[in-house]
Amino acid sequence: MTTHSPPPSSVLRVRCCSSAGCLAGGAAELRQALTTAVARRELQERLAITGVGCLGPCSQGPLLAVDPDGALFAGVTAADADGLITALAHRLQAASSAEREAPLAWTPAAGEQVDTERPFFTRQRRIVLEHCGLIDPERIEAAIERGAYEQLRRAVQECTPAEVVETIRRSGLRGRGGAGYPTGLKWATVAKMPGERKVVVCNADEGDPGAFMDRSVLEGDPHRVLEGMAIAAYAVGADRGFIYIRAEYKLAIVNLRRAIEQARRRHLLGAGLFGSPFGFTVELRVGAGAYVCGEETALIHSIEGQRGTPRPRPPYPAEAGVWGLPTLINNVETFANVVPILREGADWFAAIGTEGSKGTKVFCLTGNVRRGGLVEVPMGTSLATIVAEMGEGCPDGAGIKAVQTGGPSGGCVPASLLDTSVDYESLKELGTIMGSGGMVVMDHSTDMVAIAAFFMAFCRDESCGKCVPCRAGTVQLHGLLQKHLGGDATAADLAQLEALCHMVVDTSLCGLGQSAPKPVLSTLRFFRDEYVARLRPQPTAAAAGR
Amino acid sequence: MSVRTLTIDGRDVAMATGATLLAAAREVGVSIPTLCHLEGLSPVAACRLCLVEIEGSGKLQPACLTPVAEGMVVHTDTPRLQDYRRTLIEMLFTEGNHVCAVCVANGHCELQDRAVEVGMDHSRLPYRHPDRPVDLTHHLFGLDHNRCILCTRCVRVCDEVEGAHVWDVGWRGEHCRIIAGLNQPWGAVDACTDCGKCVQVCPTGALFDKADTTGEKHADPARLWTLVRARARGQQTP
Amino acid sequence: MPSAIPSAMLSSATFEALEPMLRRHHRSPDSLIEILNQSQELYGYLGDDLLRHVARSLELPLSRVYGTASFYHLFRFRPPARHSCVVCNGTACAVKGAAPLIEALEQELQIDLGACRADGWVSLGSVRCLGTCSAAPVVVIDGEVRKHQTVGSVLAAVRGLDAEHELERGSEPQP
Repeated sequence: MTTHSPPPSSVLRVRCCSSAGCLAGGAAELRQALTTAVARRELQERLAITGVGCLGPCSQGPLLAVDPDGALFAGVTAADADGLITALAHRLQAASSAEREAPLAWTPAAGEQVDTERPFFTRQRRIVLEHCGLIDPERIEAAIERGAYEQLRRAVQECTPAEVVETIRRSGLRGRGGAGYPTGLKWATVAKMPGERKVVVCNADEGDPGAFMDRSVLEGDPHRVLEGMAIAAYAVGADRGFIYIRAEYKLAIVNLRRAIEQARRRHLLGAGLFGSPFGFTVELRVGAGAYVCGEETALIHSIEGQRGTPRPRPPYPAEAGVWGLPTLINNVETFANVVPILREGADWFAAIGTEGSKGTKVFCLTGNVRRGGLVEVPMGTSLATIVAEMGEGCPDGAGIKAVQTGGPSGGCVPASLLDTSVDYESLKELGTIMGSGGMVVMDHSTDMVAIAAFFMAFCRDESCGKCVPCRAGTVQLHGLLQKHLGGDATAADLAQLEALCHMVVDTSLCGLGQSAPKPVLSTLRFFRDEYVARLRPQPTAAAAGR
Repeated sequence: MSVRTLTIDGRDVAMATGATLLAAAREVGVSIPTLCHLEGLSPVAACRLCLVEIEGSGKLQPACLTPVAEGMVVHTDTPRLQDYRRTLIEMLFTEGNHVCAVCVANGHCELQDRAVEVGMDHSRLPYRHPDRPVDLTHHLFGLDHNRCILCTRCVRVCDEVEGAHVWDVGWRGEHCRIIAGLNQPWGAVDACTDCGKCVQVCPTGALFDKADTTGEKHADPARLWTLVRARARGQQTP
Repeated sequence: MPSAIPSAMLSSATFEALEPMLRRHHRSPDSLIEILNQSQELYGYLGDDLLRHVARSLELPLSRVYGTASFYHLFRFRPPARHSCVVCNGTACAVKGAAPLIEALEQELQIDLGACRADGWVSLGSVRCLGTCSAAPVVVIDGEVRKHQTVGSVLAAVRGLDAEHELERGSEPQP
């Protein structure tokens, strides 16, 4: 929270978090109360109340920040509005500069001022989220003041498409949706495909439970994503773009619709951009509740108005995607990295992170953690830093048992391995994945078999039903896990559970089925004793004296 | 037309570019089990029975869809594949209600044949006994969902060959079911031409002629290929 | 099958409100899901006549339309209940205790998760993560997201609906 430039000293600004997390706690009422209080005192000219995207420590919301000093307050309610405005009015009327710069003599009744010197803030490096929480996502002017669409202009007017692809390749950026495929390579593949018409798709079907990075970016800085898509379109030679977003993200949909319209009106999207022949239009496609549509071939089918069932690859979407056209698919966070890479250069980006994983990653820290919320850290940061230091561990001093990453396709990292660096390879070695960025902290009261069953129930529900091992296998696996939970399982059941996991991984058609058993395999690897402890005692084995 | 040479279960085979591993295997007399695949319909690679191991490839690949490549070394019958195939058949048996003794297709059922081939004498997985309906509203044919394995041959033949698109798959996951029209009784769907192609291509007794009783359904799915080829020839010669 | 024969006499004029959306998408079959989303927003649910109208407008087979609509969880084919209570069952909410909330609500409303009361008063559903995990466990009642829920707070909330229900019932004309 340090990169904002102070507005003129005679003007104060209150930034109210207006993203879905804080709205659930009454942020809309708070903002309304603040606006009313300002109007009553006729201070509109000197005291601006703006809505902004996610301010970070969502678990303490509703949040607001007061500029120019950026003081952050948590747990603010509409009842606090009058007090805050009175304090700010006082400051505006202050005669001396000392008085104006003194800390604000106000705290919310049931909340607190947040110490932004805590590791939660100081350990962050905000690149994707650099403007999130600072700008009003409803006003394109606010984004443009901070340089939005400048890199698109520069790319179109000053670079060849090949140069843009090369910059992304050299930056070492990898897909932030989970698998970590090199973004530059993907762009180069689509760029090399023959054909006049190509398509760029932004995957905003953020379905992993416990993940809301993409929602936060789309709610807080939608133009960042639109600009990244347009630059990608220029680089690969596409003229049409789709953003496929899940229907549950109502606010993100509203903000995106507005942002697309604003950009269109200002000729930042559409035909003949920046006096060049390059044109790019973006359409929003809203899903209807299907997790599997995050899989790229399923997503393509859904954009085409069909059942969201995946199909075997090859052909990859780069060769034959939407309507059979060469299609570039990246997720929200990947596109959000494009602008800073172009602005600061590939070398700058490649200097952040680890050998194989460059840049930063946004995580959603949730579960049994004291300071939860949205954080962005350099790749290579250890899990312990994120969870224990930034998140300050479990509430009530309970010990951390495990950290779940990668959602239903990921696994649980035990506390003993929290020194693991957060990068694609290290997490893969532990049988989990970076995933889209959900990070759920579990304390010692968490039942790991129940967690495995929870994720299997999820996959069972979300299986599209096309291929046999996923459709029927997830049901059988869920049944076996229930049997374990109920204490009815035998050693033979445990062996069958494990064998079936491998079979479903090896034979399923798409990523959903191939990774559905991962939470089971991961908990079997690190918490096998919890499975064994539940097995039904077998008298014969005991009699044999084991 | 260029040719690719490869090895399937130790046998050398040369195939035209674009041919599938399944075709190549048949060329040298290697039988790979299939269920959803049917010559003349678009491949969907959904049943996963035809998965094979390709040296140097980490993932199993469906033979029905994977094109031959130069120097490929393919194994179609390893112990791992045998075990997976048996498990797949068990999954199909346990997710529906397959009672061969009273089935119209008994003795002429591809699911039954595959079960015999993979040596499935019993299921290691528990039976789920789902509650599934039977649709006897069509004046000629019936649909017993208990015997359906969701291979979607009927959906594809009706769409791709007959052009009526009476059938589709409804719902998802374990709740998937073949639907007619707006999830209506078959007999109420105007689009149906009574052609019976869906009944002919159905690998089990799910779709049947109402005149048939136990063991009397003698479908001949392979005939479809004759029809599709004849049509293609007809289109070539004006 | 007389019951299955739809009231095809219903003219497409009934669904006039859908026309601008259909035009905007040039009646392209690709827009099916967009059109279905809009249809449900306008009419509350996807009834047979509405689905027929959509199929005709986009020139799609009926089974294609129904097959697609039924694939997606958010589409419903029956009128919604007057109130909806949706428990988030994402990972964070599960870790923070969504299960006891569901259990308590099932008991209170006397319906299973995913069901609607026969009297059409309220439905009890679950959702796979709303992405507001910091507020876990989350329950959405009539569209209002409620954070950090407890068994006590959700029961109080649905009992609030119940009071309203009593009023509604009281004001209904008795047959």
